[in-house]
Amino acid sequence: MAPSLNGGGCAPIVARAQALFDDLSFASARDWKAKGLDRKVVGYMPIYVPREIIHAAGFLPLGILGGGDQLEVIHGDAYYQSYICRIPRSTIELGVSGRLDFVDGMLFPSICDVIRNLSGMWKTMFPNVYVRYFDVPQNYRDDIGGNYYINELTELRHDLEQLRGKPITDDELRRSIVVYNENRRLVRELYALRAHSPWLAPAPEAYVVLRAGLVLPVEEHSLMLREYLATAPKEERPRRDNCRIVLTGVFCEQPPLNLIRSLELAGCYIVDDDLLLVTRWLTADVPTEGDPLQNLALAFLHHSESTAAKYEPNLKEKGQHLVRAVRRSNADGVIFACPSFCDPALLERPMLQHVLKNAEIPYIAFKYAENSGQMQPIREQAGTFSDSIKLWSGR
Amino acid sequence: MTIITNSKPAPAKEAEKDASMLKQKEMMAAHYDRLTSAPETGDKVASTFVPGNLNELIMCFDLVNNLPEVNAIQNGLRRQSGAYVLEAEKIGHSEDVCTYVKSDIGMMAKGNLAPNGRKFPNPDVLLLSYTGCFTFMKWFELLREQYQCETIMLHTPYMGDGKITKNMLEYMVKQLKEEVIPKLERISGVKFDIDRLREYLTKSAAAEDDLVRVLQSAKRKPSPIDAYFGGIYYIGPIFGAFRGTDDAIDYYKFLRAEVEERLAGGKGPVTPDGDMGKEKYRLVVEGPPNYTNFRQFWKMFYDEGAVVVASSYTKVGGVYDLGFRHDPAKPLETLAEYCLGVYTNRSLPMRIDMLASYVNEYDADGLLINSIKSCNSFSAGQLLIMREVEKRTGKPAAFIESDLVDPRYFSAANIKNRLESYFQMIEQKRAGARVAA
Amino acid sequence: MKTFVGIDLGSTTTKAVLLDENCGVIGRGITNSRSNYSTAARVASEEAGVDGRFTLFRRALGEAGGLDVKLDDFLGTLERAFRLEQFLEQLDDLERTCLGLVKGERFAGFESGTKEALGEIFRRLRDEAPELYAPGAKRKSDFFRDIAGSRYHGHAEEVARTAGLPYELLLNVYDKSIIDVENRPPSGALSDKFRRALGRVLDAEPALKSSVSGVLPAVERTLAVDLDETYLVGTGYGRVTLPFSKEHIRSEILCHGLGAHMMYPKTRTVLDIGGQDTKGIQVDPNGIVENFQMNDRCAAGCGRYLGYIADEMNMGLHELGPLAMKSDRPARINSTCTVFAGAELRDRLSLGEKREDILAGLHRAIILRAISIISRSGGVTNEFTFTGGVAKNEAAVRELKKLIKENYGEVTININPESIYTGALGAAEFARRAHIGQTDGREA
Repeated sequence: MAPSLNGGGCAPIVARAQALFDDLSFASARDWKAKGLDRKVVGYMPIYVPREIIHAAGFLPLGILGGGDQLEVIHGDAYYQSYICRIPRSTIELGVSGRLDFVDGMLFPSICDVIRNLSGMWKTMFPNVYVRYFDVPQNYRDDIGGNYYINELTELRHDLEQLRGKPITDDELRRSIVVYNENRRLVRELYALRAHSPWLAPAPEAYVVLRAGLVLPVEEHSLMLREYLATAPKEERPRRDNCRIVLTGVFCEQPPLNLIRSLELAGCYIVDDDLLLVTRWLTADVPTEGDPLQNLALAFLHHSESTAAKYEPNLKEKGQHLVRAVRRSNADGVIFACPSFCDPALLERPMLQHVLKNAEIPYIAFKYAENSGQMQPIREQAGTFSDSIKLWSGR
Repeated sequence: MTIITNSKPAPAKEAEKDASMLKQKEMMAAHYDRLTSAPETGDKVASTFVPGNLNELIMCFDLVNNLPEVNAIQNGLRRQSGAYVLEAEKIGHSEDVCTYVKSDIGMMAKGNLAPNGRKFPNPDVLLLSYTGCFTFMKWFELLREQYQCETIMLHTPYMGDGKITKNMLEYMVKQLKEEVIPKLERISGVKFDIDRLREYLTKSAAAEDDLVRVLQSAKRKPSPIDAYFGGIYYIGPIFGAFRGTDDAIDYYKFLRAEVEERLAGGKGPVTPDGDMGKEKYRLVVEGPPNYTNFRQFWKMFYDEGAVVVASSYTKVGGVYDLGFRHDPAKPLETLAEYCLGVYTNRSLPMRIDMLASYVNEYDADGLLINSIKSCNSFSAGQLLIMREVEKRTGKPAAFIESDLVDPRYFSAANIKNRLESYFQMIEQKRAGARVAA
Repeated sequence: MKTFVGIDLGSTTTKAVLLDENCGVIGRGITNSRSNYSTAARVASEEAGVDGRFTLFRRALGEAGGLDVKLDDFLGTLERAFRLEQFLEQLDDLERTCLGLVKGERFAGFESGTKEALGEIFRRLRDEAPELYAPGAKRKSDFFRDIAGSRYHGHAEEVARTAGLPYELLLNVYDKSIIDVENRPPSGALSDKFRRALGRVLDAEPALKSSVSGVLPAVERTLAVDLDETYLVGTGYGRVTLPFSKEHIRSEILCHGLGAHMMYPKTRTVLDIGGQDTKGIQVDPNGIVENFQMNDRCAAGCGRYLGYIADEMNMGLHELGPLAMKSDRPARINSTCTVFAGAELRDRLSLGEKREDILAGLHRAIILRAISIISRSGGVTNEFTFTGGVAKNEAAVRELKKLIKENYGEVTININPESIYTGALGAAEFARRAHIGQTDGREA
C-alpha cells in the first residue's frame, strides 16, 4: 500500500498514476502476484465485467486496453487486416511479446464482433490461459435476461473457483461488493468534482488516476481516489475560458492521452465521458445483503450505464442517457470521438446525433486510433467548436 | 517473336443458368411481388435477419418475411448498391461500417424500391434476431427510428465455448415463449398454434435433407456443383422466406435430382458461360462473396478450372451438414438450436474445425479466404483461421480482399493477380510432387 | 543457342531477361512501359538481346584473347556507339513522322516554315547526339522519349523564336508523333546496327583498327550466333490482358519469388516494396511460392509514400535516404497513412523537430507497414531478400535491418542493386523450366 501522499499535494499521486499508465510491463500487477502463491491475475477487456467475483476469489482483476500509442505493433499485424481497429492487434502484441505471461485468465465481454472473435483467437493462441467470452443479456426482464445472467455469473464463479482450487463463498462475494461499491462511489465523486469545477481535476490527470483502477487492487485505488479528491481541489489551477463538453465513443479503444490533453488545450473541458466505463458501470450501490450474484445481476439489468453495445428496448429512451449526461453535467455540447472501424461507436453515432439535434445540443465528430499522432486537426475542430459555442450561446 | 499477341477478350454472352437457378429466381420474384403487394392485400410484414431467420414461426402468424440482407444482395447484383452506399455516407453513416446496412439505408432514402420496381411496404414489426452479428442490433435500431415501428429483441447467445449450454437454450426458449410469440400474436392478430409450427418444422427438415445431399455431392470428382457461387442460388429458398413451405421441399427435390443427373453424367457445375471444363482446382472458400461484380468474380474461378467444393458462407443462415435438422418434437428448442448453430454464431475454434474438416472431407487443394472489408463478424480473425487451417491440413491457403456490396472495394486486377498466383502455386507444388515421385 | 526470355510488364518500366540453358543470365533489357504492350515487350526483349550480344562478345573476345586495348573499354565504346546508332535511327523516324504531320488547316501559311524549322531542329539533335553517348556522359534517362523529348523542346523553343514561328506548332507535331514512334517496333537487323556501330568506333579511332583486327572474326562469329528464343514467359500486373497467350503467362508474385531465389538460392522470405504495391512472399527451397500477402490498395508502405514525402519536403527522391541517415534519433511517427504523413511532417517541423529525425521516423513508418505485410505472409525466415526501388534507400534499409534484428534475430539480408529485374528473371527461369518439362514429356 502506498504511503499517504497528502504532504506533496496531488502531484505525487498523479505521477504514480502516470507511471502505472506508462508501464506496459505491468510491473505493479506482477509484484502483487509475486507476493502470494494463491494470488492470480484475471485480465479483462472493455466494457464491463463484474470485478467483484474476481476479487472475491482473492485475484486481481486487470483491465487490458491494448497497448496505446507507446507500443509499436509488429507481430499483432499478422492477425488483423488493415480495416479493423487497433485495440485487438496491440492486445495480441502484448500477448505474444510476453508482457501478459503472468496473467492467468482473460475475459472478453460481448461488446462487438472483433472482441468476440478475439476470445476464440486467444483460446487458440494461449491454450494454457483460462479464457471466457463474457456474455451479458440483451433482455432486461428479471425472469428472462436476469436468470440467464445469474447463470452466466454462476458459471464464471465456478470457473474461478476451479482456478482458485477452492470455493468462493457468498460472504466473500458480499465483502467484495462492499469494496467495489465504495470504489464506484469515489469514482462518481471524481466525476461530480470534474463536472462542477473541471479546472480542479484536469482531464489528463483525472484520466490516469481513473485508469490506475484497472491495474491496482481496488482497495489501493480507492485510497488513491480519496487522496486525489482531497488534494486536487487545493491546487492552484488556471481557469480557462473553456466550453463544457461530454465526450462519447471512447468506451473501448482509448484515445491517446495527448488527445484528451489537446481537447482541453483547445478550449473544451470534458465534464462527462464514457471512458473506462467499468469503473462506474453500475450506477447505484449494489445491495450487500442477500444473494450476491442475484444482486449483481439485478444491478446490471436495472442500474447500469447505457452504451452502444447495449440494446435499448424503448425507442423513446434511445440516446436520452446522453442528453441526461449533458444536462446533469451542465455541458454545452457533445464531442463524438470514435475509433476508426469501431462498429459500436460508428453505427450508434447517427442515432445519437439525431437525438441531440432534437434536443438542440450542438456536437462535432471525428475519428481517432489509439496511436493517433496527429493532434492538429483535432485541436482545430475542438477549438472551432468551443469558439462557436461561446459565440452563439451567449456565454 | 510469334507468341506476343494483341488478342481482345471475347464479348460477354447471356449468362447460362440451369433449371434450378431459374426456378429459384421465380420463387424470389414471386416473394417480392407478395411483399410489395402487402398494402393492397392487407398482409402484415415482419423484417428479420438471415442468421436466426425464424421463418417457420413468422409464417405461423401469417406474416410476410422481409429480409433486408437479401434486399441488399439484390441491390448488389443489380449494381445499384454503389449509389445507395454513397447516399448513406452522405447522410452521415461512416465509411467504416457494414455496407449491407448502408445499401439498405441508401435504398430507403432513394425511394425504397424492390427489385420488381415497386415500393417496399413499411414493416409492421422488426424481429431483431440478434444472432451472430453485432451490426444487426444497430441496423434494426436504425430502422426502428426510421419506421417508428415495434421491434422485438431475440438474443442468441454466442457459442464462446464451442457448445450450446442449458442456460443458453432456456434463455432463448423463454424469450420466444414470453416475448417473441406474445408480441407477434398481438401485432398480427393471429393466435399462436404450436401444431402449425410443428407442421412447418417437419417440412423444413425434409427440405434440409435434400439440401445437404446437394451440398455433399461436391465430395465427388468432378464436383457437379459450385458450392460458393452456385451455392448462392441453392441457399436462397432455405435461408429466406421459403423454409417450412412445400415450395422449398419441391425446390430442393428438384435441385437434388438435377445434381444427381449431373453426377451421373460426370459433369462439372454449370457456370454463366456454360458447363465448366476440366476440374483443375478444388477449393474451400471462407467468407461472403462480392455481389457487385459477382459474375466477373466467378469467371476468375471457372476460367481456371477452379470449383469451390465447400464454403462457410452457405452456412450463414443455418448449418445443416453437421446433423442438425429442425425438430418438430421440440419446436421452441429447435428454433433456439437453429439460431445458436448458424455459422457466424460459432466460435473461432469451431470455424477452424469446420473449415479444416471441409478441406479434408471434400479433398480440396486448399482454403481461400475472401475477406470482406466491412464485415467484422467474418473478417476479424480470418488471418489466424488461415494459418491454423494450413497447419492442420498441410495445404496452402490464399487470401483475397473485397467487399459485399460496395464496388469501390472490388479491384479485379488485384483479385485476379492473387487468385492466379494461388492457382499457379498449387500447380507448381503438384509439379514438384510429380518430380519427387 | 537456346535462350529463355522472361518479360515483366510493370506500370512504369518493362523489363526483360535472357537466360541460357545453364541458368546463366546473358542479357537484361529495360524500357519504359507504354500504351502498346506488345511493343513494350518487344523493345524490352530486344534490349535484352543487345545486352546478350555484348555478353557473348565479352565471352568470345575474352577467349580469343589478343586484344591490345582493354576489353572492357572497347566493349564500352562499342556499346555506346550502338546506342547512338539506335538513337539516330529513332530520330530519323521521329523526323519523318513529324514532317508527315505538317499539313492541314493548323499549319496554313506556316507549312514550309515549319518544315524548315524541323529540319534545323533535327540537324541539331543529330549533331549533338554523339555527345549524349560520349564516355562519362550523364543522361537524365536511357529512354528515347525522355532524351529526345527534353532536347527537342529546348531546340524547338530557340528555333521557333529565331524563325518567328509559333512554338505550339512545333510542339504539336512532336506530341502527335512521339507515341507512334515509340510504339513502332524497332526496324532493321541488329547485326547491321552493330556493324555500323563498330564502323563508327573504328572510324573515330583508326589506331584501334590494328588492335582489333585480330578479333574481328570472333565478332563476326558472335554476330552470326542465332539467339533462339526457345520459350518465353511474360508476367505483369495491373493489366487485365497481357499480350501473351495463357501458357506463356505466370503470375508476377510467382515470378518475383523465383527471381529472388535465382539471385539468392537460400532465400526463404522476400519483401518487395514497389512504387505502387508491397509484397511479402515466402518461397520454398526450389523458389516456389508457399505463401504471400499483398498491400495493393494503400499507398502507405509503398514507394509512393516516399514520393509523397519528397514532394512535401521539396526534395528529390534520391535525397531522402542520405538526409535520413544523418539522424540518430528517429521521431516516432504514428500516422502510417500517406495522406496524413505530410500533415504530421509539417506539424513536427513547426514544433522544431529536426528534418533528419522526422525523415528517419518516416522511413521507419514505411518499413513498419512493410513488416506488417511480411508478418501476415508468415514472418521472416532466413535468408531475407529485399527488392524494389525502396531497397536502394539506405535509410529504409537501416530501419529494416533494425526491425528484423529486434523481432526475428540474426537474419541474412540480401539486397541486389539490380533487383528491378527480379520478376523478369523469375519469368525467364519459368520459361526454362517449362521447356525442360516439355522436352521431358511432362506438363509444365
